[in-house]
Amino acid sequence: MKQSVFTVVSNEKIALNTYKMILEGDTSAITAAGQFVNIKLEGFYLRRPISVCERAEGKLTIIYKTVGKGTEFMADMKGGERLDVLTGLGNGYDLTKSGDKPLLIGGGAGVPPMYDLCRRLIEQGKKPTVIMGFNKADEIFYENEFKTLGAEVVIATADGSVGVKGFVTDAMKDMEYTYVYTCGPEPMLKAVYNTMTTSGQFSFEERMGCGFGACMGCSCETKYGNKRICKDGPVLEKEEIIW
Amino acid sequence: MVKTNVTLSGLELDNPIIPASGTFGYGYEFAELYDINILGSFSFKGTTKEPRFGNPTPRIAECPMGMINSVGLQNPGIDKVISEELPKLKKCFNKKVVANISGFSVDEYAYCCERIDKEEQVGIIEVNVSCPNVHNGGMAFGTSAEAAAEVTRAVKRVTTKPVYIKLSPNVTDIVSIAKACEDAGADGISMINTLLGMRIDLKTKKPVVANKMGGFSGSAILPVALRMVYQVYETVKIPIIGMGGITTAEDVIEMMLAGATAVEVGAANLVEPFACKNIIEDLPRVMEKYKIDDLKSIIGGAH
Repeated sequence: MKQSVFTVVSNEKIALNTYKMILEGDTSAITAAGQFVNIKLEGFYLRRPISVCERAEGKLTIIYKTVGKGTEFMADMKGGERLDVLTGLGNGYDLTKSGDKPLLIGGGAGVPPMYDLCRRLIEQGKKPTVIMGFNKADEIFYENEFKTLGAEVVIATADGSVGVKGFVTDAMKDMEYTYVYTCGPEPMLKAVYNTMTTSGQFSFEERMGCGFGACMGCSCETKYGNKRICKDGPVLEKEEIIW
Repeated sequence: MVKTNVTLSGLELDNPIIPASGTFGYGYEFAELYDINILGSFSFKGTTKEPRFGNPTPRIAECPMGMINSVGLQNPGIDKVISEELPKLKKCFNKKVVANISGFSVDEYAYCCERIDKEEQVGIIEVNVSCPNVHNGGMAFGTSAEAAAEVTRAVKRVTTKPVYIKLSPNVTDIVSIAKACEDAGADGISMINTLLGMRIDLKTKKPVVANKMGGFSGSAILPVALRMVYQVYETVKIPIIGMGGITTAEDVIEMMLAGATAVEVGAANLVEPFACKNIIEDLPRVMEKYKIDDLKSIIGGAH
């Protein structure tokens, strides 16, 4: 973990209630896809944990949904403003288990961490398929970005306005894959867990106090013992999850 | 050169800054960030006889200038703390620690305190009779003067180290409880634990934390803590470790003026992992600004 000051380069709306913020600063502590950062916002007591969408040297991209006052405050930020950020939080995904054709499943605000993961897997010569789940057409983002990386992309919308009508699990049927990586709302994770035919890794969300393992605010019970979502997670292996 | 050292029941501290129990784990998360030997001491995660998972999640809610937690004394139990956590801690902290102990019966308090009393690393035993997040225990012992005194007597019988009783602010008269602990043989008072609070989610129209209520802490509670420390200082002669909302070096001085000999820093560690380091580094500057040469000289200075 590292604490440093980042400068906002850009902050733009890319879909319904969804914003993409590019930040400049020290990203050296971010070592794995699926990690998150914890952002201090002026006037708010707790930091806001946001998953990393893309990390490059000196450059960090996050995509967040406005779900409350904190993220609404973020949405109003302009280029040049500065943020106190804790980076390199959480375990992130383990790429070594992916096999040749991993399936990446992101739902809504769970899509962004799939981007960095997808990029890293393609760099290793893997052929990932990405399923993105949204409620409706105006929520969709990053379809072209994933295609540009070279991934096969399937979209599922609950109202059927784009792609497969239904949930990400409807899009999974009949697909062939070697492993599953997923991030999204818990009901989606559970449905994926019950549908998938291989092993996989799941990224969980929980209300956090500190975000770095000190307060025990986000603990969960697993088959491998008690874990802190922020420090021992957010990624858990399929075999250890207790629903 | 200003003097920041203080003495708690014979235990010399380089400075009065002690991270509060439950906000610093067993130390090693923070030892990755900075050399925690700069601390006066630190109070480790509240430990009970049996391992505890604690309460269901969500356990955290944000408040203006503070937060609510309903962790509920998650800890690996006294056996593992002694066999695993303390040896790990020893590698990154060479000073004496404050051992925070909780229980669900007088016997449990006595059992854990007797065990931890034998540990060389422990300088002070802090007996938590004030956890707002557990049922049938914790705070139940801290809300009546008789029960708090009973725990104090039971612990004092089986220990040799200084015993500080950590009191709850969720009472009508904290002064009488502090006095009862002093009369029962307590060596000091730690105060205050969190204030019982609640937040309700407007979308779900239900309490945010699964346990419905939780302990409110953070800068917002500093005035309440100061007032209570001030009142208790007027009545008891034993030292007070003051806590509640301390975030800056100025807050430390304010708390000591109210009557605290040392302070604990809690919620601030969770939002600013370097909070204690920053306070310790800033303390000499703030002391010079207010013309304080020796921190010991200001204890209770507001009276």
